Order: sequence, then structure tokens, then C-alpha cells
Amino acid sequence: MLLRLEARGATSQAMVYLAPALAVALTLTGGALLFTVLGYDAGRALYTFFIQPITSVYGLTELAIKAAPLCLIAIGLAIGFRANVWNIGAEGQLTVGAICGGGVALAAWGAEGPWLLPAMLIAGALGGMAWAAVPAWLKVRFNANEILVSLMLTYVAGHLLTYLVYGPWSDPAGFGFPETRRFGEEGRLPILVDGTRLHMGTLLALAAVAAGWFLMARTLVGFQIKVIGLTPTAAGYAGFSQHRTIWLTLLLGGGMAGLTGVAEVAGPIGQLLPTISPGYGFTAIIVAFLGRLHPVGILFAALVMALSYLGGEAVQISMGLPLAVTGVFQGMLLFFLLACDVLVRYRLRLGLPRVASARRAAPEEAAP
Amino acid sequence: MLRGITKRFPGCLANDRVDLALLPGEIHALLGENGAGKSTLVKIIDGVLHADAGEILWEGVPVQIAGPAVARRLGIGMVFQHFSLFGSLTVAENIALGIDKPGRISRLAERIGAVADRYGLGLDPGRLVHTLSVGERQRVEIVRCLLQDPKLLIMDEPTSVLTPQEVDVLFATVRRLAAEGRTILYISHKLEEIRTLCDRATVMRAGRVVASCDPRQETARSLAEMMIGGELTIPDRPAATAAGEPRLVVDRLSLSTDDPFGTDISDISFAVRAGEVFGIAGVAGNGQAELLSALSGERLAPADAAVKIDGRAVGHVGPRGRRALGLAFVPEERLGRGAVPDLSLADNALLSGYGRHGMVRRGLISFANARAFAQRIVESFGVVATGHRAEARSLSGGNLQKFIVGREILQQPRLLIAAAPTWGVDAGAAVSIHRALIDLAAQGVAVLVISQDLDELFAISDRIAVMFHGRLSASRATRRTSVEQVGLLMGGLFDQVDDDHVDVETGEKVLNSVA
Repeated sequence: MLLRLEARGATSQAMVYLAPALAVALTLTGGALLFTVLGYDAGRALYTFFIQPITSVYGLTELAIKAAPLCLIAIGLAIGFRANVWNIGAEGQLTVGAICGGGVALAAWGAEGPWLLPAMLIAGALGGMAWAAVPAWLKVRFNANEILVSLMLTYVAGHLLTYLVYGPWSDPAGFGFPETRRFGEEGRLPILVDGTRLHMGTLLALAAVAAGWFLMARTLVGFQIKVIGLTPTAAGYAGFSQHRTIWLTLLLGGGMAGLTGVAEVAGPIGQLLPTISPGYGFTAIIVAFLGRLHPVGILFAALVMALSYLGGEAVQISMGLPLAVTGVFQGMLLFFLLACDVLVRYRLRLGLPRVASARRAAPEEAAP
Repeated sequence: MLRGITKRFPGCLANDRVDLALLPGEIHALLGENGAGKSTLVKIIDGVLHADAGEILWEGVPVQIAGPAVARRLGIGMVFQHFSLFGSLTVAENIALGIDKPGRISRLAERIGAVADRYGLGLDPGRLVHTLSVGERQRVEIVRCLLQDPKLLIMDEPTSVLTPQEVDVLFATVRRLAAEGRTILYISHKLEEIRTLCDRATVMRAGRVVASCDPRQETARSLAEMMIGGELTIPDRPAATAAGEPRLVVDRLSLSTDDPFGTDISDISFAVRAGEVFGIAGVAGNGQAELLSALSGERLAPADAAVKIDGRAVGHVGPRGRRALGLAFVPEERLGRGAVPDLSLADNALLSGYGRHGMVRRGLISFANARAFAQRIVESFGVVATGHRAEARSLSGGNLQKFIVGREILQQPRLLIAAAPTWGVDAGAAVSIHRALIDLAAQGVAVLVISQDLDELFAISDRIAVMFHGRLSASRATRRTSVEQVGLLMGGLFDQVDDDHVDVETGEKVLNSVA
């Protein structure tokens, strides 16, 4: 017996956009099954995971705090993905952004002014760009695979941060704890809602959604990126430079990841720690695809993924489930999304190719 | 044999109750414009597609052709327009991959040799395919079909890549096959060929059979009019226009290819003047692709002065800069180079036209202007499409070609370079494209046409040169040469240079001796 994928004649546009919603629904079903098999009350677990975190104003602001970095990074990455530039190292670019921005804050310790925060943000973005420039240069110069280079640089960045917070940058009054001084007030992002941790960085994410949409939908640069991703030879014919696009998309993605890094340390964290991100740079890859590489889609996808972080913490606290549940849910979501994408374009067939009469009888059903 | 075949695709009826009877021993032509439904019909016979209605009778018995393998077992063979051969394998190895039960390679090689000899197809089973000329590659495909001893052989545009001399060899083979009682279904746009070769012709238009005739009793003109269902006006041979200043000058251009099966070009010099149509003939694979990429700017020349537009050295300037100087360019591949399959026609209008017609201002796209431009192309060149929103991939090959040619012409270039401008385009559309090119030259534009179709070059060009093995012959006025002379230059030399290469001088000697 054979299992085959057979192309559907016409791809339903509605199903292309419905696929993410379908994937979320399937993830919920899969999650319910998982909880039941593990012997938990599935209804309560799902409620705790997905609903409880957003039943209070505080919960909603926490959601925004988690969604903002995912959204900011994913928008930058999605632009690169559109051009077939696979920057997988946003986590490292985020780390270097945090180091550079944090470094400015530490250097200015005791001599702060209103200039500090803008300077930190710029330094963070430049740091992320510099880290992304390495894979860009190696790709343009030696055709080195940017997936491997950017991914490996993530671990380099992690070790650099560890070295700095354990060594030269550790807080002199910190009793040897691996952390830096807390940044001064001028080096922190202002709080938007009193009594919460909601900071100005979330507005950056919203601005990025608008800017990302404008770039891709309205400008010639965005058009070039699309053409290069779809058909490189046609881009060559049109005179759109592949090398310039590699540079542009990697620097853009790296810059936004770096900005995210500095926004994290100048926002909710307030100092440099050995770990500053719960894998935002990697989760943002899922966010970018879940959002169909479209800025508005990414905004919604970031909210869904942020909820999975909050939900994971909530079930850990109130039901004693391991934190790995977060990863399981994120993984299931990506799995179902990819499966839905394939099945929107192909249908599953058993056995050998059918003859004309059988094909005629088969109804033109939509995706499952 | 075929009765009431109907095939419906989303949005169009490709075959509408088509009846077709093929008799043993006949050479039967299938004629029609682009999108008339010829390819669909042939794919149904070959089992690649399945009819929605109707039946196929094979030797009087109704059959279900579930796939190409079933078609092969019934005795149906197909020689495709585009060969699917592996360049790094030998002839015998390629054939072994393409047939059922190939057996041992050495035994197969003997059979290949025997079949090739019997039909006068010179072919060495041990040669690597990438060393073969296009005509020889086609022989590989034909021999592959013949090894299955087919009763029906389908040939889709078999001469589009051959020199006139190679065409003669092919015709002799086809006639011999028919004499043995095999049926040949012959698909072509070239009406003169059909008149000389075929016994019967079935003409299709918009998915239906509209006429059936004996092509030997018809003229090329009457056949074309059956196809398009209207009157055909053929453009006048261009009068010797007073050519102006040189717009494009290529001076000792050499370029080594980065494609393992490509051709290096060396020492190419020519000039195209304002107001003339300059034609470059040659069998595909003789360096045309490399020359084109060097002219468009997709590959930069080693020396800046090797390519000049309007007297300015542009060898180191990319496609964008050359367009800004007034270059428009119709590439050889329509889908994937000349157009992005997944984008709409409006977006594809932007692809090469972004510098013109106010479609981009300060880096921002004006979609209104892009849509208007796409609409203008569709209307001016009779592109059959569902408006500017249609994806490029949804257009038939000929219609997309019309769109791309139209897009380049309507940009009011100073210099137009067109590769195979009517390749795969039907007779009616080919005439309108030729007329547009001639009109463009009459307005003082320099036009360079690179094509394998000699009839085309003779119809529109003022001067003609031939490309072979990466070199270009001296040019001569079209009026003072003939199809046969150019054909000799294209093919005669090509075979000789195979082992020990003959240089340009010899080429020019031939050119002079045949003149």
C-alpha cells in the first residue's frame, strides 16, 4: 500500500489564510488529549494554560510584554525569509544587542542624561546588525550557508554574555552573583501603565508592524525582496541585486533583533543577566511562519505564542506541570501549521494513481 | 480513434468534444494557435491527463490510458519539445532510464546502434549527452521511442530547434516510419513543413476541431487562416531603411560560461544601428544564452568597453543602468526570467518597467500606474488573460510571450534586444509581434533579434549574422543571402567543429564561398 501526496488543482486562498487558525485548533485538541493521557483534568489544564493568563489587566500587559519581542524579531526575520535569506540566529543578534545597549548603560553609570536611552537603543540595533553582518559577508563573499553561520554565532554570543556578567561587567557590589549593576532610571524604558511592567518597547513592536507592512507592500525595495525570493533569475533579469538584498535583509533582521535585546534589558529586566531571553529569537521563527510572513499576521501570531509562554508558567505554578509544556505546545503548533500548509496544497491518496473514472468521481473537497 | 474528448480546466474548456481519427501509415498534422488545446489533447493520448468525457479507441477497442506507462505498452510513443536528458550520462544510459525493461547496457547499446542505423539517425550510444548537438539529442529521444516499437509516434514541435539540413534528415526518418505502417501525429506551427510532410491535417481552435484537410492542397496562408479563423496580413519585407548611428556596439567580447554545459563566447564584434533590425541566427546552445546575458548586464563583461550603448561603455554596468540608457530586453525564458510565475501581470509589468511610466516614485510603487501599464499591454498586444490581476503562470506560453514583448516595446526603448520573440507563439500573434518590431525600427529604434527561426529572421531583419561555437560570423544584408546559405553556416560547420575546432576564418570562408 502506498501513501501519496497529490497536488490539488487550484489552491484555495481562503484555506491558505485559515490554516493558522486550524493549526491552533488542532494544537488545542492535541493538548487536551495529552493532558488527559497524563492524568490531568484537560478542561482545567487548558483553561489555566490559555484563558486564565489573560483574565486580568496585569495578565494582558504581561502578554504584551512577551508578545512585543517576538513580534519585533519576527517582522525582521520575515522580510529576510521572503527573500529566501534564512537568518536563524536572531537569538544571538538579540544577545549582542543587549550587550551593546547594556554596555552603554554601564559605561554611563553615574553620568546619565536623557540622551542615554536613545544611545542604548541605537547601540543595541547596531550590535545586532554587526552580528548579522558576519553571515551576510560570508554568504556574499564565500557563499557560506547563512543558516549554519547565524545559528553558530548564537552560541558565541551566549558565551560572550556569560563571560561579561561573570567577569569584567559583574556588579562590584553584587557579592559575586552573575549579574551587572542595575541600570539607572535614565537607562530604563518608561512604564506605560502604572503598577504593571508594560514598557515603551511594546510600542516599538507596533511601529515595526506598520513599517514592515509599508516596506513590503508599497516600496520598490519590498518588491525586489519578493521577486528575489520567488524567482532569483527574474530578479537578475530585472536588475535587482542579490548581494544587496542579502546584506539588506540580514542587517534589517539583525538590527531588529538587537533592538529587541536592548529593549528587554532596558525594559522588564533592568540589568544584564547570564540569560536574558527565553528563546525569543528561535520562537520568532515560528511566529514569522505562523503569521504567513505578513506583518499583521505576525502580530496575531506573536500574541498566540506569548500566551503559550504565560500559560506554561501558569500550569507550572498551579498544577505542577513541567515548564517543558511550553515547548511541547509551541512544537505542536508548528507541526500542525506545516501539516495544514501541505494539505492545503496537496491531498493524501492511498494506493496507486487512479484512472480517469475514479478521478472524476472524487469530489473537490477542501482541506481537512 | 478519439471520440468526443472533453477536458475542462478551472476557468477554461481545453478540449470540447474533440474527435480525431488516426490511420496506420499516415503523417497527421495537428494545427492550432497557442491555447487551442493541442497539448491537452496530446497529453490525454499519452495518459498524462485524463479526459472528463469521451472515449479513446485503440485499434477499435475502448481503452483507459491511465498513465504514460500504459500508453507505452499500447504502442504510443512521444517525442517531447523539450528533452529530459541527463547531460552527464551516455546516450545508452539515458535511454535505459527512459524505457521499461532496458536490460543490460551493452545489449541495449547494440539495439540502439541497430535502430539508429536502420532509420538513418547517426548516433553513438557511448557518447555523453552533453557533447551532443540539439539535433542529436532529439535523435536520442526518437530512438528511445522507436525501441518500444510504437504504432503511434507523437512529435511535438520537433523542428523548432533544428537547422534546415537537420530538418531534412528528420523528414526522411519520419517518412520511413510512416512507410512501415506507423502513424505519426505531428504538431507544429511551421505551416510550410506541414505542407511538405503531412498527408492530413486537423485544425483546432479554442478547444474544438474546426477543420480537417489535406495540407498539400492548401497554401500556408489558407492553413493559417483556418487556425486563426480570420484573415492574415503578413508584414511587408522591410525596405532598406537608412540606418542611423550605432546604438549598440559589441567589441571583441569574450566570456567564459559558468554553466558546465554552456558555451564560452569569444571575440564577438558587431554593431546595431538606429533604425535597423539586426538578426543573429544559430542553433541553440552555441553561446546565444551567454551573449544575451552579457548584453542584458546579468553578466558583466571583462572589459568595460566591450559593450557600448549609445557610445557609452557599459560592460561593467548592470541591467538597471543599461535600462536607464534606453535598453529593453526580451529574454529567452518567459516564465522564471521574463516573468515571475506567482505574481500578477501588474507586478510583472513592474518587473522590468519600474523605471518608467511613473510606476515608481522616490522608491514608492504607484500600483495605479502599474495596473494601467499592464492593462495597456494586454489591450495593445491582444493578450488573453483575465485582466491585470491574473498570475503570470496562468497565461499560456504564447500569451505570456506577447505580454513580455509588449511590456518591453511599450517602454519606448532606444535599443531593443529580443531573444526568440515569437517562440511558441501562433501565426497570428507572430505576425503582430513582427510588425511591432519592424515599426519600432522604423521609428529609429535599434532592434537586435536573436532567434533559431530563420523564416523569422528573413522576414524582419535588415542584416543577419550567424553564431556557432561561441563565435559570430560577419554580418551581411539579408537581401543578399538566402535561407540555405545561412542554414549551411549554422549546421555544416557545427558538425565539422565537433572534434577539431574550425576557427572564425574558416567560418567566414564558408560564408564567402556560399555567397
